[in-house]
Amino acid sequence: MPSIQEHADLLIERMGNRPLQILIEIQRRFGHVPDDAIGQLSTRLHIPFSRIVGDVEFYALLSREPKGDYAFLMSDNITDWMQGSRVLFSRLSKNLGNHASLSNTSCTGMCDQGPALLVNGLAVPNLSASRIDAIADLVKRSIPVSSWPEEFFRVESNLKRQSWLFDDWQGPHLKGEDLLQALQDCALRGRGGAGYPTAKKWNACREAKGEGRYVVCNADEGEPGTFKDRALLQHRADRLFEGMALCADIVGAEHGILYVRGEYRYLEDHLKEAIARWSRPGFEIELHWGAGAYICGEESALLESIEGKRGIPRVRPPFPVTHGLFGMPTVVDNVETFCAVAAIASGGEKAFRSLGTEKSKGTKLLSISGDCVKPGVYEFPFGVSVEALLAECEAKDALAVQVGGAAGTCLDKTEFGRRIGFEDLPTSGSIMIFNASRDMSEAALNFARFFADESCGFCTPCRVGTSLLAEALESATRGGEAVSEIENLNIVLRASHCGLGLSASRAVMDMLKKFPEHFAAGRAALEGR
Amino acid sequence: MKTIHLDGHEIPFEDGQTVMDCALAADKPIAHLCHLPGYTPYGSCRLCTVKIDGRFSSACTQPAREGMQVESETEELKEMRLGILRMLFVEGNHYCPSCEKSGSCRLQHAAYNAGMLDPHYRPFYPKREMDASHPDILIDNDRCIFCALCVRASRDVDGKAVFDISGRGLATRLVVNSKSGLLVDTDISVEDKAVHVCPVGAILVKGRGFEVPIGMRLYD
Repeated sequence: MPSIQEHADLLIERMGNRPLQILIEIQRRFGHVPDDAIGQLSTRLHIPFSRIVGDVEFYALLSREPKGDYAFLMSDNITDWMQGSRVLFSRLSKNLGNHASLSNTSCTGMCDQGPALLVNGLAVPNLSASRIDAIADLVKRSIPVSSWPEEFFRVESNLKRQSWLFDDWQGPHLKGEDLLQALQDCALRGRGGAGYPTAKKWNACREAKGEGRYVVCNADEGEPGTFKDRALLQHRADRLFEGMALCADIVGAEHGILYVRGEYRYLEDHLKEAIARWSRPGFEIELHWGAGAYICGEESALLESIEGKRGIPRVRPPFPVTHGLFGMPTVVDNVETFCAVAAIASGGEKAFRSLGTEKSKGTKLLSISGDCVKPGVYEFPFGVSVEALLAECEAKDALAVQVGGAAGTCLDKTEFGRRIGFEDLPTSGSIMIFNASRDMSEAALNFARFFADESCGFCTPCRVGTSLLAEALESATRGGEAVSEIENLNIVLRASHCGLGLSASRAVMDMLKKFPEHFAAGRAALEGR
Repeated sequence: MKTIHLDGHEIPFEDGQTVMDCALAADKPIAHLCHLPGYTPYGSCRLCTVKIDGRFSSACTQPAREGMQVESETEELKEMRLGILRMLFVEGNHYCPSCEKSGSCRLQHAAYNAGMLDPHYRPFYPKREMDASHPDILIDNDRCIFCALCVRASRDVDGKAVFDISGRGLATRLVVNSKSGLLVDTDISVEDKAVHVCPVGAILVKGRGFEVPIGMRLYD
């Protein structure tokens, strides 16, 4: 067996100067990243030892300490809680020997089939008491994960409603200037939630000065409750690559990078085959993995991560279209946006323009989870009301709907007439439903802890404020005088460096305001105590 | 001459200057910790948060633009800054009376200026290791505010890479570039700029404690 240094050397030969990708491979091989491997990478790639330590300590799926033969990470989203993950966590923890480790991790994108966990980085959805016991038994008998029953790892796509984005368009193929014009005429806006006009972004990149250019696909969907890009990666990978290639052709890029969240590692073989099958001369697509960091969904943090650094959002301006990956002009768009471009380019233009609303053309993929009969991925025209999608997924007795994930907005019953779209409810597509039996203080606490766990730690208000917010909420649920404290933190968090800190208190404030009776502190105030 | 408006004052700027640059040049300073003239703007402490045309932004990273309306000394921003300073105090272990940097500490100075009388939030009392391994230089991690001035000084001025920021969230920590993780095993020297830019008492030169008497220190 090769030594740690030899193993690191082999990876460097094979993967070149991609420190984070090499670290991920080392983690997979050894179950942790030994200091000897860090030393070898440091020497061979001329990167300071301390910077690689910084990487390993930043990403949740990397660790400097051995985590045993079986490293379990239980998905800790509110939807997992609602499906009983906390009981299963303690059930598993009581039955594990000392060659296994167990802790929590942020939403793994299996909300429609949770609760879920990762074992040595691989997703196991649909957990139940019996599945947990079966897993504990496999561990007890020292059966390697590679020999576990295949059905444990089966991930369903749960595509419940497909329309324009999935249709097979057979039209005249548009590219270059014609496509750019079509994107502008279509008023296509980025599907990641911010809604920047796609044609404007691509044009800015094309006109920026630079030796080279990059097209980056953000497939790091980490917003709690989001899993719709998973379905596109599974079923429309070709359409995605086509969209990236059309972009490359317009901006003049030869390199594309698909950055996929590490939690979707089970898609590895599928994506590698799809890339190999698709290949086009003059444009190559490279697969990069995330390693457990919600912040890398922020485009500049994602670029830092591809460069092998900690995922700290950059100072903006400059923006990626002028100074992106390795300082080159770069387009970063998400999976759904590239797929939409490819559909527009291949004949879907007219239909696109007939769908949606004035300012939000086309359709939106939604990941629907929580209290409903049919959780899954739904494609709706923009402008669909919350009411209509609740009916479609058969959500009865809904009390609240969280639109846009932990960073989004919490709606109560009086607001179910509101509509998905840039005019009203912009969203990357996460919809989590809570019925009347739910305690919204639990959701608030879950989200607050999520932000505290995922804050990158760069700026003061977010690094410290998100933890203080979680603490204040714990106090609020116990009946402490926490409401004014939460309002104070809401003000200070507005000084944050990026959107993570800026949105960390949004849902919490919504929930406190709309469901005061769910918080002990709120109840006391209502009763005039 | 191009100008911005800062709290009603018209302030000139040249292309390439940030809001912080021109405010400092016009002697209208905006509170700051991680910024130091001559160093790459970083924007981590957020103390210099101002409101520019209605949006919050850090003055140290925001390029000045003609006609910009910048608010700094408003009640809203003062409350924000007080909150940020309190957060920095409760996050680490800051015992001013016994700290050698007291009187010359930029964090302490900023807190006095902001009228901070108590930490308000519950102190975290983190357990952080001190690094006294180097014969000439001490790292007291209790006081680090992760401004990365030492990181930038070592990299950009000293041409070394002695310091880095590691971890994430509340587990963020200052690390040094050696396999042992100890300062003595790095190539730092006491003359390095990185040893002398720390705004707080996290990096200190050994063997010269409390040299300047109280009353004569920088901010006394």
